Amino acid sequence: MTVVVGLAVVVPLLAAAAVLGVRHRAAVRDLLTLSAMAATTGMAAALLVAVDRDGTVVLRVGGWAPELGIVLVADLFAALILLVASATILVVELFAIGQRRTPAGADPAVVSPILLVLAGGVSLAILTGDLFTLFVAFELILVASYVLLTHQGREAQIRSGMTYVVINLFASTLFLFGVAIVYSATGTVNMALLAERVPELPAATQVGIGLWFLVVFGTKAAIFPLFSWLPDSYPTAPTTITAVFAGLLTKIGVYVLIRFFTLMELEQLGPLLLVVAGLTMIIGVAGALAQDDVKRILSFHVVSQIGYMIMGLGLFTVAGVAGAVLFLVHQIPVKTVMFLAGGLIEDDQGTSALNKVGGLATSKPVIAVLFALPALSLAGLPPFSGFIAKLALADAGMATGAYAIVAVSLVASILTLLSMTKIWIGAFWGEVTPSAVPASSRRSVTVMETAAGLAVAGTIAVAVLAGPLWRMCEQIATDLLLRAPYVTAVLG
Amino acid sequence: MSVAMIVAVAGLAATGTFLVTSRSLSRIVLGFALLGHAAVLALLASGGRAGDPPIVDGVVTSDTANPLPQALSLTAIVISFGLTLYVLALARRQQMLTGGDLVEDDVEDRRIAAAEDEVAAASDETRAIESHHEDGSGSEDDQRLDPSAGPRADEVNR
Repeated sequence: MTVVVGLAVVVPLLAAAAVLGVRHRAAVRDLLTLSAMAATTGMAAALLVAVDRDGTVVLRVGGWAPELGIVLVADLFAALILLVASATILVVELFAIGQRRTPAGADPAVVSPILLVLAGGVSLAILTGDLFTLFVAFELILVASYVLLTHQGREAQIRSGMTYVVINLFASTLFLFGVAIVYSATGTVNMALLAERVPELPAATQVGIGLWFLVVFGTKAAIFPLFSWLPDSYPTAPTTITAVFAGLLTKIGVYVLIRFFTLMELEQLGPLLLVVAGLTMIIGVAGALAQDDVKRILSFHVVSQIGYMIMGLGLFTVAGVAGAVLFLVHQIPVKTVMFLAGGLIEDDQGTSALNKVGGLATSKPVIAVLFALPALSLAGLPPFSGFIAKLALADAGMATGAYAIVAVSLVASILTLLSMTKIWIGAFWGEVTPSAVPASSRRSVTVMETAAGLAVAGTIAVAVLAGPLWRMCEQIATDLLLRAPYVTAVLG
Repeated sequence: MSVAMIVAVAGLAATGTFLVTSRSLSRIVLGFALLGHAAVLALLASGGRAGDPPIVDGVVTSDTANPLPQALSLTAIVISFGLTLYVLALARRQQMLTGGDLVEDDVEDRRIAAAEDEVAAASDETRAIESHHEDGSGSEDDQRLDPSAGPRADEVNR
């Protein structure tokens, strides 16, 4: 299984190079893209089964000792998130292929290969076992996202793309400073060794390192008050790209936050994380209520939902971290499919502004269903995945006596429902508006709806499989908080 | 870590941060170049004292410099070089499209500004109505209330 850990990173990157070579031959390109992503998803699934059965898989790249070389670590947490992430990218690639035939869609000759680069970066960020490779993986993801965001070269995209690039570049520079700080304090960048050495540092140094990386990863994850770049830049990109960004990029930031904070035993920052989580939820959802464009509303919800995951981490209990992991697994497909539904509206109507769209529930019932199911899940209504994830988090909060944050999270949930209702009334009820654009071909719409339907099926699967998934999340949380399983697996 | 290194890192980081917060894109690019240098110097300094080269005249020396931060620095230099070029390309594109070198206001800022204009206009209007008992600018008013019909809306949506 060790070779699969490496292949999960290498296959998308090699495929990206190959797809770039044949980017103008549509059939070959689409086939190659989809099969590469399907292969990656398959490998992630195999990895998850193997890790669940036999324990953590560690690949020492080049056979170097972990102190000297790069290690890739697939523990249960990494394998689970890798599966969800690559399946999401697969669905979005399918959607992008359908969208090709419409003029508003992104250029598939650029999107297909660059999304594969992004997939390679995401795999590397999830699997890497050292801090500097994590920096490289982040850069890989960010460079791909810069290109995806700005490749159409429209004025609004360049403007918001510039903000996005500048903020993220600054965060990357801070990351480099962070690596320097950690290296001079501990003499290593290997995360397993750091897990042994950081808790031995003076308390003030530990807090300093924790705060520094909270800012670095928090900017990627768009937590309060570092989120303002997100609602500005995401809506300007083509829908397929926004869907990947919203579904994955911030979540990778959260994944790394959970990994780093549990491994470095930074429990003293828990109360701060809870305050940040509460503010992120409320400010995000308040921002969403003030908007009147589907994509902008959803972008603010990306921010708001990040708060829930940070809340689970901030509790630093098995139930809390397990809730955060479950929320992560629920959130990636839900956010993606909501943006895909927004994309279908835009494809059909030529705009996603609420005051220009109406009556879709009668004119486009398929889009209405594809939007309604994940919207209810996002708001946290039973029996959807969002309800289970939020219940787990609220339960964990009550068990620790953190009543304030539980109350805040419930208020944010109600406001989320309110804002989903606003989209529903605005876009799906009311008089049927004539479309401003010619309809896409039947086949193109079918491909897009199939892709969105697959993602909806994924969100429902999270709810149906909640039992075994929760058992897995508890296992993940126990291992993360014990730290010893990870450290012994890597240093072994 | 020598004092010279600390001063150099601090100076570069301060100047870089100052430039990045500016509104002119060319200054932002320069700021990132400086910030990149500061980060690389910090990485180098994190490796401890400077030592001998690892091999001198075919003989392996004992008191060598720490090679790991140097390897990390090289990677960081390559990445920051590539990204500086990318930001330059973006700045050039922006200049082609708008003819300017300044970072523009974001959508939210424009909406707030438009809303303030709206409030100011409404209060002017109330005064006008009070003094002249006139009515009739209502339709224009509605248009301005709609954020997507703001003066720069076509640019935003294009």
